[in-house]
Amino acid sequence: MTTANEHPVVPPGLDSVSVVLAGSGGAGVMTAGNMLLEAAAHAGYYALMTRSSGPQIRGGEAAALIRIATRPVECMEDRFHVLAAVDWENVQRFDAEIPLGPSSLVLGDPDQGEPPAAFLRSGPRRAALPLKRIARSIPDARPNMVLLGALASLVGLPEASVGHAVGKSLGKRPASLGPSLAAVAAGRAAAADIQARHGLAPPPARAGARWLVTGNEAAGYGAIKGGVRFVAAYPITPATELLEWMAPALAEVGGTLVQAEDELASINMTIGGSYGGVPALTATSGPGLSLMIEALGLAVAAEVPLVVVDVMRVGPSTGIPTKSEQGDLNIAVHGLHGDAPHLVLAPNSVADCLRTTQWAVQLAEALQAPAIVLSDQFLGQARSVVDRPADTPALAGRDVAATAVPGYRRYALTDSGVSPMAIPGSAGNAYTADGLEHNERGNPSSQATDHVAQLDKRLRKLESFDYGDAWADLEGDATADAVVVTFGSCTGPVREALERAKADGLRARLVSLRLLSPLPASRLEAALAGAQRILVVEQNHSGQLHRHLRAECDLPGHVTSLRRAGALQFQPGEIHRHLIDWSRA
Amino acid sequence: MNETAVALAPAGYKSEVKPVWCPGCGDFGVVNALSKAFAKLALRPEDIAVVSGIGCSSRIPAYMSSYGFHGVHGRALAAGTGLKIARPDLTVVVTGGDGDGYSIGGNHFLHACRRNVDMTYVVMDNRVYGMTKGQPSPTTEPDWDSKLSPDGTGLREFQPMVIALASGANFVARGFTGDPNGLAEILVEAMRHPGFSFVEVLSPCVTFRPEQKEWKKLVQEDAFTPTADAKEAAGRLMHDTGFDLGVLYAGGRAPYAPRGPRAERPVEELERRFVL
Amino acid sequence: MSGKSRVARQALPGSVEEFMACAYAMEVEAAERYAELADQMDTHHNREVAGLFAKLARIEGKHRDQILARMGWEHGPDAAVFRWETPEGPETTDYGELHYLMQPYHALRLAEHNERRAAEFFERFAAAPVPEDVRAAAREMAEEEREHVRLIQEWLARVPPPEPGWDEDMDPPAVAD
Repeated sequence: MTTANEHPVVPPGLDSVSVVLAGSGGAGVMTAGNMLLEAAAHAGYYALMTRSSGPQIRGGEAAALIRIATRPVECMEDRFHVLAAVDWENVQRFDAEIPLGPSSLVLGDPDQGEPPAAFLRSGPRRAALPLKRIARSIPDARPNMVLLGALASLVGLPEASVGHAVGKSLGKRPASLGPSLAAVAAGRAAAADIQARHGLAPPPARAGARWLVTGNEAAGYGAIKGGVRFVAAYPITPATELLEWMAPALAEVGGTLVQAEDELASINMTIGGSYGGVPALTATSGPGLSLMIEALGLAVAAEVPLVVVDVMRVGPSTGIPTKSEQGDLNIAVHGLHGDAPHLVLAPNSVADCLRTTQWAVQLAEALQAPAIVLSDQFLGQARSVVDRPADTPALAGRDVAATAVPGYRRYALTDSGVSPMAIPGSAGNAYTADGLEHNERGNPSSQATDHVAQLDKRLRKLESFDYGDAWADLEGDATADAVVVTFGSCTGPVREALERAKADGLRARLVSLRLLSPLPASRLEAALAGAQRILVVEQNHSGQLHRHLRAECDLPGHVTSLRRAGALQFQPGEIHRHLIDWSRA
Repeated sequence: MNETAVALAPAGYKSEVKPVWCPGCGDFGVVNALSKAFAKLALRPEDIAVVSGIGCSSRIPAYMSSYGFHGVHGRALAAGTGLKIARPDLTVVVTGGDGDGYSIGGNHFLHACRRNVDMTYVVMDNRVYGMTKGQPSPTTEPDWDSKLSPDGTGLREFQPMVIALASGANFVARGFTGDPNGLAEILVEAMRHPGFSFVEVLSPCVTFRPEQKEWKKLVQEDAFTPTADAKEAAGRLMHDTGFDLGVLYAGGRAPYAPRGPRAERPVEELERRFVL
Repeated sequence: MSGKSRVARQALPGSVEEFMACAYAMEVEAAERYAELADQMDTHHNREVAGLFAKLARIEGKHRDQILARMGWEHGPDAAVFRWETPEGPETTDYGELHYLMQPYHALRLAEHNERRAAEFFERFAAAPVPEDVRAAAREMAEEEREHVRLIQEWLARVPPPEPGWDEDMDPPAVAD
């Protein structure tokens, strides 16, 4: 099978177009990329944008990768239709992230030199526009705006939408607006002669409200919707934007964010705030999660609800802070010392960051346990046009003890395992929350009977809880004997690969796990019933999900693992090829 | 602070749990002084939270009738900070020892001082790790011989009051467990003073440092004259014997408070930031 | 301890009520401390000394109640933060004087020391420039404390002095957290 963009002559009316804007520092390709995204949204399209940049703090090479489509998109395509650069300074570093094909167009400014050979290997078509010279002909205009105009024209975005996006971006600098709009118009005019066009099909009718949002922002909003009013955190790439979004947002709803001195402090502050009765959260990435592990055990033992959003990046150690990987599953599930039952969840799209984080807060509160949300750099930093996520039902919140319970026992051995929590200020219920093993009253105990009773209690509350249908997204043909199991940001490319495979006649089911621990084994086994072949797709080097599934439940049929380390996201075509080979095996 | 006329006797602030400390331990004096201070301030026990880390002295929360939090080693100040910022209505007292506060928790000590959250930090300093059977702590004398550091560490002692003052603590004092009444008075002042109050308490360890029984002969009652001038306080510390007692510094820095505009708007309004 | 400013801060009682309030606070503090020390000994399974401290606590409690009865007080004045010339009340045992292996002899020596300090405390009032009725009350209280010293000394005579090495423990201290 061939996809549309592999045809030598591109038909008009594509349902998905992918473009890259690249250039070196100060060229403003990110700004132009954001405007293109806004313009696409305004025109009624769905879209997704990720960004890559060099290691320089300022002035390094940068690339905005944008996919515009007539339906919601959750990953990048296999190939980009257009690579457009203001200049080519070290842009070749993004070679692996910008696959091109014979029908792709490489567009550059001839005065800035030749495109790097790496981008010409696939034999793409080429076009040249003297961006700088055009910009120079208009007072105060810049080449990136010329490029924006040209690109918008090449993909068929209406002029009004581009004007709207430019106006929205430059609203605070009205002096720049006129020259920018003139540059956009000049770019559009200059691009009229370029033959290799990748025009979009008309946008779909709008069914409801749409958002332009990143996964980090969605997670922050989900946290607040779930009830979080206290956040303590330490900045870390790529979680910082989540915190920066939450700081002013919390202030608007009566909450507080405090910047801690390190992750040890942030997790312990979070525990302190939640012990005080205020639903609390912290966000971090792998190195920070590693530092938080000891205190997470405290939250398990003392039964203090809280949420840690781990926006995963490439590890181990400092790794590649700006790139995505699903390598923290092991530490999230197994990192705590002792037997320490807790929750691990994963959002499976940018929009789902809202629902999953909200659910994590609700579960943590209801079960008085810490929850780790495994987002990742791709989901967290991707900016996407999405349908407004549906509202999800509220759960019963924290079980708070009534005032002055006679003989109050904070860690009473209840049937559900959840015992009413006294909040400081409540008379007659004072107790000491303790990381030491304790008896029902909370007094330290080194008795084996107390230890086992409390271990049972803490496990029981997680295992006997009814998580409902949200534990996974089950899609595809429920009677198919082939199943793909995945989680997190792999879900997007897997979904798209399964759509293509369906067109090839391959029937398959998708299980995208939202609740990773405790793994609802009986529900998963039901979802996998009758499977002859199971493919586990994940983005890490050692197959952490595969091992986790193997350890937690009996997987039927023949199970194979499709895993790849991070830094580069899976592409749908890669998974699609695997599915086809798999079906022939 | 909720100073209400509940007229609870000091004994009312102690719990039923009996301390595991060695008879002769200075920490008994801190429980005594804290309960007297709470009584003096007429606080309701449920409006107090005593937060600690790990170590002998960190067992205190269980011995009080207030709310308590016994967390992990070195992080008591962080837990207390989170609690106080989330629940400004509570009286938060963080307790611990020299190892917990100055070694594993040293970074939090610096930042708690400079953050200046309105809470009181009581460090029971016995210059030794007691719960792990007698290893040198940051305040141990350089030549103190132990199994882990034979012939001593050779390291200069950490100077808690100098560090606290330099880091921005708004109230700095030293008390002695041999004088629970004097210590109670200091604690009352510390809890009343806005911002972060640091009270270094000389608390002898009779088991691993029996020579500290002599401290009662060395301490100098009311040796400090309280000042609001940090420079003057710093100068005074330059000729501190280490056994000078009293309030050294009571400054005027505004306590920590969230900055910027605040509101209580409906959560759904935040969606406006995303809607196209 | 120098106690330089403590003396200055404690005003001499101007009336019998003030003086007896001071005596009452002293008995309360002594009784509470003995009870606390009994608990400490109990925790460390030193039942004999625990029992002795409990007994001393009851005795001091009785003295406390006698003061209430004598003064016709329903309850005593607030003793939450009473400032003494010494760090604590003259009849209060210093926490630092305890040892988990201590024997009744040691406990009684502490009690003797306390009673003697109490007597001296009252004797100073008896000689101070205070109203005559205060001096009379102080003399009376001092005599009572002297009597306690004698009683404790009799008790001590019946208790064997400790053997050398009484504080040796064959086992090392335990490790907790």
